[in-house]
Amino acid sequence: MRLPNNATTSLPTSSEKQVSEMLASEMSMVDAIRTALARAMTDDERVIVLGEDVGTDGGVFRATDGLLAAFGRDRVIDLPISESSFVGFGVGLAAQGMRPVIEYQFSGFLFPAIDQLVNHASRLRNRTRGRLSCPMVVRAPFGAGVHAPEHHSESAEAMYAHIPGLRVVIPSSPAKAYGLLLAAIRNPDPVVFLEPKRIYRSSREAVVDDGVALALDTCFRLRSGDDVSIITWGACTTEALSAAERLAVQGIQADVIDVATLRPLDMATILASVERTGRCVIVHEAVRSGGFGAEIAAQLADVGLTSLLAPVRRVTGYDTVVPLARLEYEFLPSEDRIVAAVNEVMSYT
Amino acid sequence: MDDPNVENEGDEPRQVRAESARGSADLAIGYTQFLDADGHIVRPLPQAISNRDNLIHLYRAMVFTRTFDAKAVALQRTGRLGTFASSLGQEAVSVGVGSAMRADDVLLPSFREQGAQFLRGVLPEEILQFWGGDERGSHYSIGGDDFPICVPIGTHAPHAVGVALAFQLRHEPRVAVCVFGDGATSRGDVYESMNFAGARRLPIVFVVTNNQWAISMPRSSQSAVATLAQKAFGCGFAGEQVDGNDIIAVTERVGLAVEKARNGGGPTLIEALTYRLSDHTTADDASRYRDDAEVTAHWKLEPVLRLRSYLVCEGAWSTSDEEFLLRECTEQVEHVVATYLALTPQPATSMFDSLYAELPRAFAEQRDDVAAHQLGETGV
Repeated sequence: MRLPNNATTSLPTSSEKQVSEMLASEMSMVDAIRTALARAMTDDERVIVLGEDVGTDGGVFRATDGLLAAFGRDRVIDLPISESSFVGFGVGLAAQGMRPVIEYQFSGFLFPAIDQLVNHASRLRNRTRGRLSCPMVVRAPFGAGVHAPEHHSESAEAMYAHIPGLRVVIPSSPAKAYGLLLAAIRNPDPVVFLEPKRIYRSSREAVVDDGVALALDTCFRLRSGDDVSIITWGACTTEALSAAERLAVQGIQADVIDVATLRPLDMATILASVERTGRCVIVHEAVRSGGFGAEIAAQLADVGLTSLLAPVRRVTGYDTVVPLARLEYEFLPSEDRIVAAVNEVMSYT
Repeated sequence: MDDPNVENEGDEPRQVRAESARGSADLAIGYTQFLDADGHIVRPLPQAISNRDNLIHLYRAMVFTRTFDAKAVALQRTGRLGTFASSLGQEAVSVGVGSAMRADDVLLPSFREQGAQFLRGVLPEEILQFWGGDERGSHYSIGGDDFPICVPIGTHAPHAVGVALAFQLRHEPRVAVCVFGDGATSRGDVYESMNFAGARRLPIVFVVTNNQWAISMPRSSQSAVATLAQKAFGCGFAGEQVDGNDIIAVTERVGLAVEKARNGGGPTLIEALTYRLSDHTTADDASRYRDDAEVTAHWKLEPVLRLRSYLVCEGAWSTSDEEFLLRECTEQVEHVVATYLALTPQPATSMFDSLYAELPRAFAEQRDDVAAHQLGETGV
């Protein structure tokens, strides 16, 4: 792999101080993402951050705040508004051995780049039989629930998970965002890293900036239980866990799985859970038809049918356009809807 | 019929004066031609590329490309190759581009630049392999960083920007050369790429092979601009036209643009005026949308005849030289075809083997399934 000619191995003192301060504090998901970016940029000179307003402004969600001061203008690059080309720019950089991390301000603005994701980024390695490759991360905040304007609230993860050659990753907590983003940046293939912006700042947890990456093909068990499996990812883990607490009061113990990596999917962990519980509720905020829950349900029907004691139920966003602010929580899977679905699958005996 | 080849002959640059409330700019579009359609010198030849040996080298490269293209079309017609895009009539553009680059520059071709790719070291049998339905054709045994053939129109322009940005960030004296057709200049990708390339003064050269047709849409219907070269002005860098059937002009102007880019001078857009004498591809029938008379007229302007006329006039090329070269090219192409037809088929599982650096276990079962149900390769 080619290294930059102007590679530097040490950071300015001020950024080391910033990084260590981050280390000492509890982090929101945005903090954790920023910390992972700084760590990756410190460890590997090939890692550069590009996007709209990522430099002086620090990103509209402040996920890149401070990176320009720490790493300079050759590592943190503001792009003019050309969203259909950002991924294409990344293809060229990555083919040259750089490790571009491209921020889209909202996943709704990633749609113009579907062409580059499908036709180029995902297949550069395959179509050149490995001569060229595309180690690139495309970061985009996604999902509803923050009262954003129109076009800012969709959950399109199933579209990306349908593309061979890509990886699709969705963190559900600050610590997972840190470890999964590091893994995505270090991965030699293109990764679409979708960040659930509803939980960007809703909770904080201690994150150790130790440079340790998480696996990109393994689900996380968030809660153990033997009665029902709740399979979810991203921001919906919040409602899934609160529903599980309510169900526990009823005497129903839920096994809550955070899928985290949709492509490739760790079906073994999901199947092991369902084999134990016999019941499964899949929760995602993307619209139901053709959603990624359908893939999990289909694989359960394929390889887990004999374990199932009840039909697989999905609690999802409805098959409609995500409503604007006043109705968006009517659209999102709620704790009530999850509890109702679990009670329904528990009614089969 | 709009015919820029004829309309633009001569050296007078088109002058455009652009004004706004805050300022104005004089925008000139140069047009470069050294040899006219009859092979006569219309301005002093650039010494560096016009020595006899180099011109014969360029001539051979064009003749080889034309011989290769004719054979590839024949292979398609006889069921031994898939869809193929001939560069008949446009050889001076691709060969000129290929000859203007240094080895460690990066070429980002469209799908009609085999002439450039050959000079870059891509094997002719690899081009056949690609159009013959075998991904290994884009592996390029010579290695290197050149991009593979890009079939979706203009989508490689952003890649060229990324490549050039990598060169700039690493302070490497290398240049990205991106070639696309007139049709691609209607695309947003191309504009977005040129815009950012201009903003960062990237080491990049955009070459528009204006062959007058985007399949069935003539150049005049694609855009209201008088020249495609002037689209560069909207992105803050220079655009110019060259006679794309004059390989001396293409090589000279692309070469200067490449060296300007290498020396920090930023991007250039070069519109090479030529004509597609072939169908769009072997899947096209150009007689549905253009007159034979138009095509016949352009056969008088084509690049191989032009350079040969000049070389013959200079006493540098004889009938026996020509006969020997044609025989040599035919033999080389026959050898290429034999190599292509004798290639060992890929195992079916190869469809998974370069998908990721390491195939995720989630897909291992499907790979096994392919292995268990192999049909053997089908024809093209």
